[in-house]
Amino acid sequence: MNAINPNGWRPSMGEGAPDNAIQTFTGNRALQLEEALIFELGDADRSGVDFPETGGIDMSALGPMARAERPELPGLSEPETVRHYTRLSRQNYAIDLGLFPLGSCTMKHNPRLDEKVARMPGFADVHPLQPVHTVQGALGVINELAHWLIELTGMHGVAMTPKAGAHGELCGLLCIRAALEAKGDPRDVILVPESAHGTNPATAAFAGFKVENIPATPDGRVDTAALIARLGPDVAGVMITNPNTCGLFERDLKTIADAVHAAGGYVYCDGANFNAIVGRVRPGDLGVDAMHINLHKTFSTPHGGGGPGSGPVVLSEALSPFGPLPFTARQADGSIKLIEEEQAHDEHPQAFGRMCAFHGQMGMYTRALAYILSHGADGLRQVSGDAVLNANYVLRSLEDVLDAPFGASGPCMHEALFSDDGFAEGFSTNDLAKGLIDEGYHPMTVYFPLVVHGAMLVEPTETESRAGLDQFIGAMRSLAERARAGDELLKSAPHLAPRRRLDETLAARKPKLVYKD
Amino acid sequence: MRYLPLTDADRSAMLSVIGAGSIDELFADVPAEARLTAPISGLPKHATEMAVERHMARLSANNTTAGSVPFFLGAGAYRHHVPATVDHMIQRGEFLTAYTPYQPEIAQGTLQVLFEFQTQVARLFGTDVANASLYDGSTACWEAIAMAGRITKRGRAVLSGGVHPHYVETARTMAKFTGDVLDTCAPVLEASADEDALIAKIDAQTSCVVVQYPDILGRIPDLARIAQAAQAAGALLIAVVTEPVALGVLQSPGSLGADIVVGEGQSLGVGLQFGGPYLGLFGCREKYLRQIPGRLCGETVDADGKRGFVLTLSTREQHIRREKATSNICTNSGLCALAFSIHMTLLGGSGLSNMARLSHHAARKTAAALAEVPGVTVVNNHYFNEFAVTLPRDARQIVREMADRQVLGGISLGRLYPQEDALANGMVVAATECTTDEDIAALVAALKEVLA
Repeated sequence: MNAINPNGWRPSMGEGAPDNAIQTFTGNRALQLEEALIFELGDADRSGVDFPETGGIDMSALGPMARAERPELPGLSEPETVRHYTRLSRQNYAIDLGLFPLGSCTMKHNPRLDEKVARMPGFADVHPLQPVHTVQGALGVINELAHWLIELTGMHGVAMTPKAGAHGELCGLLCIRAALEAKGDPRDVILVPESAHGTNPATAAFAGFKVENIPATPDGRVDTAALIARLGPDVAGVMITNPNTCGLFERDLKTIADAVHAAGGYVYCDGANFNAIVGRVRPGDLGVDAMHINLHKTFSTPHGGGGPGSGPVVLSEALSPFGPLPFTARQADGSIKLIEEEQAHDEHPQAFGRMCAFHGQMGMYTRALAYILSHGADGLRQVSGDAVLNANYVLRSLEDVLDAPFGASGPCMHEALFSDDGFAEGFSTNDLAKGLIDEGYHPMTVYFPLVVHGAMLVEPTETESRAGLDQFIGAMRSLAERARAGDELLKSAPHLAPRRRLDETLAARKPKLVYKD
Repeated sequence: MRYLPLTDADRSAMLSVIGAGSIDELFADVPAEARLTAPISGLPKHATEMAVERHMARLSANNTTAGSVPFFLGAGAYRHHVPATVDHMIQRGEFLTAYTPYQPEIAQGTLQVLFEFQTQVARLFGTDVANASLYDGSTACWEAIAMAGRITKRGRAVLSGGVHPHYVETARTMAKFTGDVLDTCAPVLEASADEDALIAKIDAQTSCVVVQYPDILGRIPDLARIAQAAQAAGALLIAVVTEPVALGVLQSPGSLGADIVVGEGQSLGVGLQFGGPYLGLFGCREKYLRQIPGRLCGETVDADGKRGFVLTLSTREQHIRREKATSNICTNSGLCALAFSIHMTLLGGSGLSNMARLSHHAARKTAAALAEVPGVTVVNNHYFNEFAVTLPRDARQIVREMADRQVLGGISLGRLYPQEDALANGMVVAATECTTDEDIAALVAALKEVLA
């Protein structure tokens, strides 16, 4: 069970323990290094970049808006810069360090080939507004990825430009708005299950819709009867996550989609969890009209500490004509045509507009394409299979010590959901999560979905080994027992991280967002 | 498969713990008629690293790279030299493969970087505060317009004709759905920006005035004058900066009175990348901080009283507020913000100023050389590193013909404004510290040949 620590040695924890008693002059603790801010280290006359002499340059063409002084920004030499960021990097947890079970976020291994490919000069060093005949290879990447996204989802078209999942949601809903307006049938209600990710209602509201919640059944799925009962001439569509945020497959999606279509609406599927079903079922076959694909989840482009993401939206035949510009399409002669505003009037006249400048997240397209080609048809099917296998293994290995509210609802998909039911009085999910930090793991997703009390959503992903899962399960069992027994040390965890619990109330009450001398 | 650690023996052992006979059984909830039994049509089986690399290298080779030819393209994306340190640092796995810092005890690296980034952006823009980044300049511009609407409770934004047309189009798309009105000045190919026309449009319904600085043709509007006119009518001034290097030698928009400053951070650290991922910059006055879209990092202390950083004011955000959130944005552009911040740290104020001076110098030399070509007129009186020229015929054609001679000489206004026939002979030309005298000579030679 505990292969990396066969002797069962445990670091001591808590106030007064020896590792906390030793005070150092620097505040450092051996390899755990404190690091000052660049504003405390550098100054505006220091630089890590050499330039030719600029003294004699005539600056008069700047005109009256020229500034008199250089900006007050601190600089550092190259060695100081390298050290600053290296030291900061070591205060981060990352997939490269260990299992990162953040449910719904899909923290899987990021292949290094994809990094190499994205840096090839033909992708990294081309301008978005070069003449089209000088960027056929770059457009080829977009077209090839678009092709596989359409094939993998069984849809008709794809809008590539949305810059992240929530941006893709917006794109999908705007397609629905545009399609309804084109039919002269404006509708203003979007139905969203109460288990939905917060971006769904936020996006619907941002796109000008009224949001109505649909309840869940006791087994953790959308209440199909309630949803169908609500359909009517004011309902523009539904937003459903499948697999859903409880980690379950929405069995009735096709039935729901048929009913929504019969009532004149459209089906938006939140594709955040597509990684669980890629290669096994195509959303297009379930009646979906629009679905965003988080390339940073399913196709493993790196999360980068909070982006950049990429959220292409696959579209049904009914919605494709409304997809935003720019739009790429292969021509009869094999060349790839870029449809921008210039050609849209003739070739894509119903486009609802533009989501952003240029062509979207090229740097993510190259990585995602390399990932898809590396796995191939057989590998992608194994990806979803292993992701689901790993999640079920965690679910069944922990359900005797942690409450699994939908454990009886059948196999889970790519994530296992637990609640804090059974913890000692005063102990909650956050305490177990912070205890995981001391065990050397990033916590799982906590308090989401909102439909489960003290939710803990664990997504191990397919890139974890069985031994790694066993280690994690061991840590989780130990923490579950401590939470049930009311171990006070858990209330103040983490004890061993670069920082103890941070005062978030202070940060919000007196916001300090920039450094002041 | 090299990315999958489980062996078949592992799989069987795990299935017996679960009590399932096969992986396929775990997908029992998928309706049988929708379950795929065959592999995805046309997609080959898994491929070796070498095979994938070879395929991608072939696609890469089928492009003219900016670094391989004389290169003068800008219009919101600039080719600057990025020090090797930047890419080396952002590839550290602790940055590259970390998530959004929701668990601050083990994310102080990312959080401190964001705090430093916010401070750098605020100082560069001359604003009180800045956020932890947005998707890109165009989406940041729309978010600022939406925020101005929330603050002023007015629904009519006035846009200068000098705002990047993709930014205008992005805002127009969004406004169509939110019901905001955008009143846009027509772009004009003249030496000075449309300040009088812009000011004439401001009235008691105006939520904000949006001005690009320097603008799409490289002109440098008098922000102080526009700020005064906007604020006198109770509207906010939003300044849009698509070339942040310019602020190394130009007064900051905040110091000139802008209430919100947004921009594209791509010039520093990020690279061209065919248009993305890029980096949306967002700064504003402190009094509006609870209306800021996107993530914010703030300073606080931990249980031992040590300084630390957290994501804060999340009560504005979608995961708490759901349909009442200030914006639906979830992901930001973290790794690009890191690249920007490292590049800015390497430069420092003096380095940024030097980089800006060299870029301006290259642009001046380019403008002087082009002015000598018969039939070519430089439009601008003032500019930073980008300016407009008029050519004797449709610039789209000329740009293509220069590209055939291996010179990427500029961006035709016909590409940017296909509906504006009056601009068809215009072209914007940008230079940076990467531009050499040989590049300028090659541009002039190619243009002369094409015009001959």
